Amino acid sequence: MKLVEALALAVSGLSANRLRSALTMLGILIGVAAVILLVAVGNGTSVQIQNQIQSLGSNIIYVSPSSQRVGGVSQGFGTGQTLTQADVDALNDKSQAPDVVTAIPITQAQGIMIYQNQNWFAPTSGTTQDFPQVRNYQVAAGSMFTDSDVRNSAKVVVLGETVVDNLFGGDPNAAVGQTMKISRQSFRVVGVFAPKGAGGLGNQDNIAVIPISTAWAYLSGGRGGKNINQIVVQASSSDTVPTAQNEVTQVLLNRHNISDPSQADFSTQSQQDILNTFGQITGILTLVLGAIAAISLVVGGIGIMNIMLVTVTERTREIGIRKAIGARRTDILLQFLIESMFLSGFGGVLGIVVGAGLSKYLATIASRISTQFPPPVVSIPSVLLAFGVSVGIGLFFGIYPANRAAALNPIEALRYE
Amino acid sequence: MTSLPRPPEHGAMIQLETVTKVYRMGNVQVQALRGVSLRVDEGEFVAIMGASGSGKSTLMNIIGCLDLPTAGRYLLDGVDVRQLNENQLAVIRNRKIGFVFQSFNLIPRSTAVHNVEMPLIYAGLTNGRRQRAMAALDAVGLADRAKHQPSELSGGQQQRVAIARALVTEPAILLADEPTGNLDSESSVEIMRLLVDLNDQGRTVVLITHENEIAAFSKRVVRLKDGLVLEDRIQDQRVEVSA
Repeated sequence: MKLVEALALAVSGLSANRLRSALTMLGILIGVAAVILLVAVGNGTSVQIQNQIQSLGSNIIYVSPSSQRVGGVSQGFGTGQTLTQADVDALNDKSQAPDVVTAIPITQAQGIMIYQNQNWFAPTSGTTQDFPQVRNYQVAAGSMFTDSDVRNSAKVVVLGETVVDNLFGGDPNAAVGQTMKISRQSFRVVGVFAPKGAGGLGNQDNIAVIPISTAWAYLSGGRGGKNINQIVVQASSSDTVPTAQNEVTQVLLNRHNISDPSQADFSTQSQQDILNTFGQITGILTLVLGAIAAISLVVGGIGIMNIMLVTVTERTREIGIRKAIGARRTDILLQFLIESMFLSGFGGVLGIVVGAGLSKYLATIASRISTQFPPPVVSIPSVLLAFGVSVGIGLFFGIYPANRAAALNPIEALRYE
Repeated sequence: MTSLPRPPEHGAMIQLETVTKVYRMGNVQVQALRGVSLRVDEGEFVAIMGASGSGKSTLMNIIGCLDLPTAGRYLLDGVDVRQLNENQLAVIRNRKIGFVFQSFNLIPRSTAVHNVEMPLIYAGLTNGRRQRAMAALDAVGLADRAKHQPSELSGGQQQRVAIARALVTEPAILLADEPTGNLDSESSVEIMRLLVDLNDQGRTVVLITHENEIAAFSKRVVRLKDGLVLEDRIQDQRVEVSA
């Protein structure tokens, strides 16, 4: 028997019990739609985090001091104070690190911000005038502070949008030129950054940036010194990130007189390293979501098996007739197998349509509710996999009933009432 | 099917040699056939008669290759069916035997012509199926009912569709198991006339029945009792069928 005929036979068999066939398909439909939707949500999270990491700046390498050791006891991440302004200057020296475009120091200061009767808290970073270029910020109003501000420890600040929202009623132009307080020190607002968006990595717009010299002079509090929490290095292109990372390591090892790289008192991490780490995390998230959804797919498959067993029993006599007029075992097997695969395959296709449609719908709803919620992204492999799996489920759960039909004794089947 | 033995006796369509059949029903062994020998030649019209329990259904199942004898030999058109596996038996049923059942046994929700076409589908035919099915329906006088479903046909019409289905593969024998058992007397006569016509055209017909009036249409009557042939005689007083 040809496949086309077997297919036509299956369709006529299924259309005889439309409601039952539709309900059975619904089981697979829900399973496939759930897999596609949940995998899309996982994917959306992954894409959003990737975009955020990209938006931190392009071709970036982070250099952090290693944890300080006191008598062999690690004092925790970032507690060391091994990075200096001289290190930053060396990294900015083209003869020492040719693939590095710019290196900026970052020192973190904290302090309550006050403007008139409003107050707010945001991490304040002391850095240089190259910060917007390296970290990929745009200045929306006013301007970035200058080289001379850094040299003169000027008390000027550039704010992120969230700070402006909370202290200046959201108008960047109103903020520029005003004087506000950070840790009881007066600062003049010279510029406001354009918003970058928020998400899994936290709000990148809740920042304030001041010259590093100013931070050292006025905000370091009791900790004192010229501490650098982090050096952010921009490589010339994404291809040169690995070589730039090597150059940074070499320059700093030489400057710190360390011969064994495993004993380094600092660590470097490229954006790619961070992407890989988050990729692993979101990959696991997607897998877990998909696995949960797959349970409903299995339940749908059992539904198919159940209905196929009922169908085979109901049509025992028909099977007997077919065998009497010359149907072979494989003909009967194929007939019922194709029926179950058609149920699951067609249910799968509908499930893909529903799953993809829901993902799109969810994306538009999500963007309205909150920018924090990652819009689902339907991945083509998940669609192909879902379809393949649904057909496979039809095959797997159809084999037993079909085999039972094919193995029927024609005499007993003909006698069946 | 190339390695099958050649017919030992020319002309014998059905040749049963001391065929026995033993069923197990639970712990009890039932001897349905105790050694039946029967020869049916090409073009014969044989009625197999017997009360219920006489073994005639078992005999029909064996002649129809739905079941195999426990002992003895059965040659169908020269082929020893005991040597055949399940698939080969299916092919034999498809090509050599045309079944007509008491309860018509059409596939529900399939049109008459599709029902008739079905054996050709299982025969693997791809071309000219529809035409052959229509020709068979025409031969039983139901060409105008081709697109009707079984539920839209009368009992007599359904049985004629079943006969068309049995004929469509040009089988060696037509095996009719109580073909009039579910029909009124008028339809019964109609169906029997059709079978007589087909036999007159040279087709071998084996009829299983317990009714004398129906057996009267045949040329030869074989009576079974307790799994043995009780009587085997040629009918002189055949029913006049000329309408």
